[in-house]
Amino acid sequence: MSNAVGHGASVRIDSCGKTFADGTRALERASLDIARGETMVLLGPSGCGKTTMLRIIAGLEVPDAPGLVLFDGEDMTSVPIERRNVGMVFQSYALFPNMSVADNIGYGLKIRGVPGAERAKRIAELVELTNISGLEKRRIDQLSGGQRQRVALARAVAIRPKILLLDEPLTALDAALRERLRGELNRLLRALGITTIYVTHDQAEAMELGDRIVVMSKGRIAQIGAPRDIYFAPTSRFVAEFIGAANIVEAPIADGHMVLPGGRQPVDGITDASQVIAMIRPETIAVVDAASAGVAGVVVQVSFVGDRQRLTVSGVSDKPIMVDAPNTLSVRIGERVGLSIAPKAVRLLPADN
Amino acid sequence: MRDRLIFAGQLAFTLVVAAFLVVPAGLSMAAGVTVSYFRGIQSGLTLNWVAQVWELYAGTILLSFVIAFATLVVTLAAGVPAAYALHVRGGRLSRAIEEIITLPLAVPGLAIALALLLTYGGFGDFRRSWLFILTGHVIFTMPFMVRSVMAVFATVDIRTLDEGAASLGASAPRRFRDVIVPNAMPGILAGSLMVVTLSLGEFNLTWMLHTPLTKTLPIGLADSYASMRLEVASAYTLIFFVMIIPLLVAMQMLADGKGSR
Amino acid sequence: MQHKSFLSLCLLPLVVVTAAFFLLPMARLVVTGAEGPQGMAGYLAILIEPRYRATLINTVLLAGATTIATLIIATIAGMFLQRHRFPGRSVLIALLTFPLAFPGVVVGFMIILLAGRQGAIGDISNRLIGEKLVFAYSIYGLFLGYLYFSIPRVILTIMAAVQKLDAGLEEAARSLGASPWAVQRDVVLPALAPAFVASGAIAFATAMGAFGTAFTLATNIDVLPMLIYTEFTLAANFSTSAALSVGLGVITWLMLALARSFSGSAVAAAG
Repeated sequence: MSNAVGHGASVRIDSCGKTFADGTRALERASLDIARGETMVLLGPSGCGKTTMLRIIAGLEVPDAPGLVLFDGEDMTSVPIERRNVGMVFQSYALFPNMSVADNIGYGLKIRGVPGAERAKRIAELVELTNISGLEKRRIDQLSGGQRQRVALARAVAIRPKILLLDEPLTALDAALRERLRGELNRLLRALGITTIYVTHDQAEAMELGDRIVVMSKGRIAQIGAPRDIYFAPTSRFVAEFIGAANIVEAPIADGHMVLPGGRQPVDGITDASQVIAMIRPETIAVVDAASAGVAGVVVQVSFVGDRQRLTVSGVSDKPIMVDAPNTLSVRIGERVGLSIAPKAVRLLPADN
Repeated sequence: MRDRLIFAGQLAFTLVVAAFLVVPAGLSMAAGVTVSYFRGIQSGLTLNWVAQVWELYAGTILLSFVIAFATLVVTLAAGVPAAYALHVRGGRLSRAIEEIITLPLAVPGLAIALALLLTYGGFGDFRRSWLFILTGHVIFTMPFMVRSVMAVFATVDIRTLDEGAASLGASAPRRFRDVIVPNAMPGILAGSLMVVTLSLGEFNLTWMLHTPLTKTLPIGLADSYASMRLEVASAYTLIFFVMIIPLLVAMQMLADGKGSR
Repeated sequence: MQHKSFLSLCLLPLVVVTAAFFLLPMARLVVTGAEGPQGMAGYLAILIEPRYRATLINTVLLAGATTIATLIIATIAGMFLQRHRFPGRSVLIALLTFPLAFPGVVVGFMIILLAGRQGAIGDISNRLIGEKLVFAYSIYGLFLGYLYFSIPRVILTIMAAVQKLDAGLEEAARSLGASPWAVQRDVVLPALAPAFVASGAIAFATAMGAFGTAFTLATNIDVLPMLIYTEFTLAANFSTSAALSVGLGVITWLMLALARSFSGSAVAAAG
């Protein structure tokens, strides 16, 4: 997924936690390794600590002792952000209203003493790269949301940072724009190849942009892994429910089969258990004839979403089961249907969140 | 029909109140340029009174301006950086400091003046110079400058802009110059107008702190009300209005400009 | 960290100026108030001494009357102006608020022009009833002066509060059958109550501490600021005047703290 050769610095966070002055424990002690050139996404609901972790890496917050932040093995913990040479895109973009687009993009270069002609050249490069040609002289309040986002990115990248940090850069935009820019952002990040740390609460964004995803909840890391691993093999109920849609089923196992109100579902790897928690993704369930199926129930809702139909089937488990069926399937509310699920699609989860 | 009556009644009431406020001001402005107030406008218009006021009080008016601008300089130099620091630090200490600098607004000018006299009255040279009045004005107007600038910081999210500039490598003084001050301009402007207007019109403090050699315009006004004839007093008041009203209009326009954004 | 030390540097000038020219003098004032023959008990003189108590009561009554009258006037005019649009409205608003910047002395002069020996009211009354009404130098003149500088301030606050009223509440009341008067009584006025308290407290504090107006009207009316002034300048009674001004300061500060708790922002008294 990523370029063969990665640019930028590797990042290591060692036992970093953060309690704020008012007593809020924003982040529990966590450690994380990010390889050079990797795009690591910090994903989680609001309040999970992802932004705090990003700001610790940026140098805007100091981790509680004995936390360490290392870039390429060098201890940066006590270095303030001004000297970390990172590029940061803020959620609200933080574009300077008193400067034009070009001046915003060139500000970091000006601080570094880059002479005017060279600065102008680099600004032109970035304007081209981020597709904002023609806007150089505009003031910030004359730009649309999408344009501001690109200027913020151009400004962060202009200084050739070793690490790029993005704090929910697409959250401020409306849904359609967000999806379109997501693709553009992805291409840009791939082209740059710098170590990137990206914070978002949107799991679709995380899956599309991340080489690896760190799923966080309540100040703790819940799971780290590639998008596929997170999706197919969540290690907790929280992760299972946060990424994609999930049916969570609690039932006993007898003789290699899950015992459900709606029938018996074969499972892999376990013969007997008094109670397990399992996750089944809606798209792994096929709708079959009720008579010949191991598990059956009644359709209580049909939602035509366009590329598929989302069915809600009750009677299979104590909670209704969501099933993604082909959009051409003819099925009615009240109809009794059978569900066919491959044993390996039933993913067992540990007992607690 | 009842609604129309109520509307008319309220309108009449409001007009009477407005008249109460405006008529004497109008009379005073007229009296300042009328030959004889007793005989009214028929006696003719003249600028004699204004000229007389200028002869008697030019030095006073000048000193008022000197003090007003000196107050402005001090409040800018001390108030703008402080507003930035208070806003960015947040926390209990900052709030406490804000409280303390706002106290002069709660304490009557008389009390502050007494306090200054008791503490520094002994330093003869200082006490006799206009700098003594300056300190009173600075203490009184500082909260307006600080609050005006802090209000702008809140709306512009100055903290994130500060972090943005820091992320690009700018040191603290550099950020203050390039990002903080330019974006605080509306607040600095509004605060400046406020400070100058307040200083020009300040009486309670200044009356206690002044000496015959360090009089300001309001002091002169009180003088003229007590000892000069009505036309001279009115002419002096007219001069005051002419100085103050453009400032008030400018402040109103600034406020409207902000509101319409 | 460089950032933190820069911030401290930013605060330094303000802290120094405030400490030297406000905190220190105020402390000195409080100490001086207790240096009189009665010591600390001098502070209670404001309540015990008959002359001082009479002055205090005078001042409180005057400030109270001003506050109530101003609130009533400002509410009627303010609500009217905020709720109706008509040609000349902004001119009317400007006329009602421009005295905001007048120092107390000028207000005193305005009252002299209205009700003094050559005043407009005197003229009119002379023509109507043959007797010249002159009351600028009486307590009524002072009251009028206090009204003059209170009305602009309070009208602005009331208008701002009326603007923030949720029209939906009134519409709901009307949909439930309430008459216009009932809507005012049950929905509007209670919703404005915090604004009333806040602006009333400011008006009260301002009137309590007003000096310039009383000075110009050269009244033999005893109000607290004038008393403090005469004690200090004419009687050289430093400790008494210090104690009295600390007392006045405490009262005004309390009123403004009350106002702030109802309006949530720092407010100023000046006049």
